[in-house]
Amino acid sequence: MKLKTAILAGSALALFSTAALAKDMTVVSWGGAYQASQKAAYTDPYVKMHPDINVIWDESSAEAVAKLRAMNEAGNITWDLVDVVASDAIRLCDEGLAMPIDPDKDLAAAPDGTPASEDFGDLLVSECFIPQIVYSTTFGYRTDVAEWNGKTPDDICDVFDLKTFPGKRSLEKRPINNMEWALLCDGVPKDEVYNVLETEEGQARAFAKLDTIKDQVVWWSAGAETPQLLADKEVVIGSTYNGRLFSLIEEQKQPVAMLWDAQVFDLDGWIIPTGLPEDRLAMVKDFVKFATDTQRLADQAKYISYGPARKSSAPLVGKHATLGIDMAPHMPTDPANAKNTFLYNYEWWADYRDDIDAKFQAWLAK
Amino acid sequence: MADNRGAAVRYENVQKSYDGETLVVKNLNLDIPPGEFLTMLGPSGSGKTTCLMMLAGFEPATHGEIFLNDRPINNVPPHKRGIGMVFQNYALFPHMSVAENLAFPLQVRKMGKAEQQEKVKRALEMVELGDFGNRRPAQLSGGQQQRVAVARALVFDPELVLMDEPLGALDKQLREQMQYEIKHIHENLGVTVVYVTHDQTEALTMSDRVAVFNDGIIQQLSTPDSLYEDPQNSFVAQFIGENNKLDGKVVEVNGSQCLVELGDGTRLKADKVNVSGVGDKTTLSLRPERVEFDPSDQMDNLVKGRIEELIYLGDHIRVRMNVAGNDEFVVKVRNRGEKRKLETGDIVPIGWSLNDCKALDAVA
Amino acid sequence: MSEASDTVLTTQDGRPLKASLRKALRREKLRAFLLIAPLLLFVIVTFVLPIADMLLRSVENSIVEETLPKTVQALASWDPTSGKLPDEAVFAALAADLKVAVKEKTHTRLGSRLNYEQTGMSSLFRKTGRHVKKMKEGPYKEQFLEVDKDWGDLDVWQTLKRFSPPYTAGYYLAAVDAQQTPDGIQMKPEDQRVYLLLFGRTLFLSIVITVSCLVLGYPIAFILAALPLRTSNLLMILVLLPFWTSLLVRTSAWKVLLQQQGVINDFLVWIGVVSNTDRLVMINNQTGTIIAMTHILLPFMILPLYSVMKTISPSYVRAAKSLGATDWTAFWRVYFPQSVPGIGAGAVLVFILAIGYYITPELVGGTSGIFISNRIAYHISSSLNWGLGAALGTMLLAAVLILFIVYDKIVGIDNVKLG
Repeated sequence: MKLKTAILAGSALALFSTAALAKDMTVVSWGGAYQASQKAAYTDPYVKMHPDINVIWDESSAEAVAKLRAMNEAGNITWDLVDVVASDAIRLCDEGLAMPIDPDKDLAAAPDGTPASEDFGDLLVSECFIPQIVYSTTFGYRTDVAEWNGKTPDDICDVFDLKTFPGKRSLEKRPINNMEWALLCDGVPKDEVYNVLETEEGQARAFAKLDTIKDQVVWWSAGAETPQLLADKEVVIGSTYNGRLFSLIEEQKQPVAMLWDAQVFDLDGWIIPTGLPEDRLAMVKDFVKFATDTQRLADQAKYISYGPARKSSAPLVGKHATLGIDMAPHMPTDPANAKNTFLYNYEWWADYRDDIDAKFQAWLAK
Repeated sequence: MADNRGAAVRYENVQKSYDGETLVVKNLNLDIPPGEFLTMLGPSGSGKTTCLMMLAGFEPATHGEIFLNDRPINNVPPHKRGIGMVFQNYALFPHMSVAENLAFPLQVRKMGKAEQQEKVKRALEMVELGDFGNRRPAQLSGGQQQRVAVARALVFDPELVLMDEPLGALDKQLREQMQYEIKHIHENLGVTVVYVTHDQTEALTMSDRVAVFNDGIIQQLSTPDSLYEDPQNSFVAQFIGENNKLDGKVVEVNGSQCLVELGDGTRLKADKVNVSGVGDKTTLSLRPERVEFDPSDQMDNLVKGRIEELIYLGDHIRVRMNVAGNDEFVVKVRNRGEKRKLETGDIVPIGWSLNDCKALDAVA
Repeated sequence: MSEASDTVLTTQDGRPLKASLRKALRREKLRAFLLIAPLLLFVIVTFVLPIADMLLRSVENSIVEETLPKTVQALASWDPTSGKLPDEAVFAALAADLKVAVKEKTHTRLGSRLNYEQTGMSSLFRKTGRHVKKMKEGPYKEQFLEVDKDWGDLDVWQTLKRFSPPYTAGYYLAAVDAQQTPDGIQMKPEDQRVYLLLFGRTLFLSIVITVSCLVLGYPIAFILAALPLRTSNLLMILVLLPFWTSLLVRTSAWKVLLQQQGVINDFLVWIGVVSNTDRLVMINNQTGTIIAMTHILLPFMILPLYSVMKTISPSYVRAAKSLGATDWTAFWRVYFPQSVPGIGAGAVLVFILAIGYYITPELVGGTSGIFISNRIAYHISSSLNWGLGAALGTMLLAAVLILFIVYDKIVGIDNVKLG
């Protein structure tokens, strides 16, 4: 008898709490400074306008595809909005795990009336993808290395030049970007890179180039590692996301400078999972419309040095919220920084990822 | 017992403190002649086990010197002392068979295999466990484990064997049987045994001499019978056997005798043991079986007492009485099947000889 | 008390005694069952089902048949060794299947699945999916070849045919660096073999970690067991400290200590043991993994050792010494054998925890200090090749079970004690 009462009371409580917290919105992101910038620029002002909404952050973006697949299999979607990189968005969209959107209907137009589809332009790489920022994977180097005799690296191939720039490097523990850089520095023209990489010989060439620095490389798997390694003088040059390097240089005032040459652009943005109930979908859509308008995207750049995905936001990028420095020159899209950039081919990697990754792991383990 | 050799064991001014503030052993001097069975008897915390552990080498003496066959051993590690030891819970090695346990002291002495086997066999036969060599200790009963422990302590022919409450874990009947067995082994082998116990019956049954410990001091060192008959102080009288206490004051001294006045004015004659003179407070000690009902007029002490309680115990009757205001006064009456009935509430005359009544130091 | 009437014993109210007893016992049993029911349910939901799911996933391959049912049927009559492309009927079936699949958005998932077996399948299916809606009524073969010339590649069809059955050993083959080719099972090319190496390394490093935990933990447990309870409890808190610090704090601490510009290297350079140019590499390699994991897993060695040693009475060693054994002999012949059950429990615990670890190796292991679990985690959360992840996981599970059996045969499983 008592058990029954307890169960009844428990279920009643559960029902009550779901009812009371009906306005919860679970937003998935990457944690750290990036998530903080989203909170400051998007959700804080939104919650001020809609006090009944409670934002719950989940720092699972790195495993978003796997988790959404699992949720889909279990038939219970608990996330409302997910921040993912473009390649993951394409994958999720392909598999029907992300919802297609109509940019002109679901997203706000620019202040001058330009429709969203034009304002975002070709950054709308998938019909499910709502772009937020342009970021790049690029290099930072220490400016106080005595062995370099006053020279500073200004070319991507300086990473492979152990004679002029001795010292340890840090690279990401995956083939993407590293293989491309290796081929570029092995004399392959930019637009030939993926054609060459498709062949066995091309892959062997890339590995051979990487072999020349392999014993000087520290491999990272979390974006925060390279800034730490640079700060600790463990490496003299290393790749990571440009926003991480910005905070290392400008916020922590470390003697580190940017090497923008051959930076690899990538996009990050929102997707809405398929299968949300009507009321939650309406709430999320309303938030997304607000969070991706011209002003909000420009606001995010006050907190982190990633370029807003809308053309109309660029002129609005101002000064850093606390440091007060001009943010525009720190954007990867700034003309001075974007003199030589590399476009990462999502579709190509979708095909070759499994194969090259196996080879890359075997190469690493050797 | 004592022969031409010096003492097998000698404690010389030995003191022991664990914390640097209190002494658990206070200035111990003790000689144990070869072949003696000496028991250290006392309540827990009296220092007896500490004395044994210092002898075995597991506790260093804080001060003083211990001699083994006239050789100082303070700096000799335990394994070089060549002393056999039986522990409270036997400490048989659980991962070895009985035979392996017995062979252990022989192996560490690098004795030949054949000789080992021979000795182990003889030791097992000595304790009547000839067929148990391959068993594990856990497969033996408590009494059997006890015998193995004794055999192991003796198998390497030590001249001195220490036993630390070895019978404590056995039930009463087995304990009594083992007491005789150990006594017989001692008699047959002629080794010196130092035995620690808090059980006075055990001590009286087995020992040549008993050292009664209390408060870090040997209260009395003597043979079992004189310990019972002639206790030197109230502690020993209390600790050994049953005892009636009567508190009073010495009013007259006459050679080895004295006259003591109790609280209610009763005057009793007593053997002057541990009082110095007139006016001293004293506690009279009197064994319950030495008190007689219907005493003759010639008895040294004659008083009247009221019977408070009668307990029938088969071979004797235990009578609790109120004598001179003390209602814990106990008399043991042998059961001779006499007609005369004692009744609760009766006031009867009782008496005892002055030699049975010892005037000892006052308790509290 | 009731009298025994005839042969059937009854209780006072006339019920048969046996029935009454059964009833009473049933109530007891039901109560006992209800008490463990939550745990049982918990174990089934959180342990048995996931493992069953993993076993199933490692061989399950119904995605091909479910996505392309007609094609699979049509392919049944095609001989992959004929050297000829399948006939028009197969292409027609493929077109019909893909039209459905595109609507249900399952074709890209199939592409990802087949891409594990053959590079290029992913884009082939995505690209074809975009065009299949616009395809005209037959003949289809030319239209497919127009969309992507890969449909004329014999390898594509052979792969499709080979992975048509609802169950496959392909994941297990991949997990041992082998693959199914038209000529039977073969090892993968040298430059793609990695799993056997990682399995071997995982076992080797786990053994090294277990041994170093034992070497470091045994004396600590020995001292703790010999100390008075108050002191040992206090020191035990220090032993358990690694449990209470967050992983990130610990990792940062190791980095500060172990890296080339770290505290230990600075100190060694300062006292002149190593020169400034040859600083030791103690992190981002196997050394880092061994140090970090030994640190994390040490308590799992110390606790069972301690609780077993606590039960070893000091009188055993005293007895041994009184019987003439030196300190070492007393320890080695008397104390140590009695602590073996603790060593067994600690070693099994540490070893099994070690071979499943992946976060710490990922953070401090560099490339030479990572475990098979890192690849499992990669396939589960990143490449989404769950089948391969499950196969690797199952093999790891099997390896643990085999080791358990070997341990049981050599040492005996009942010779493991937690106190």
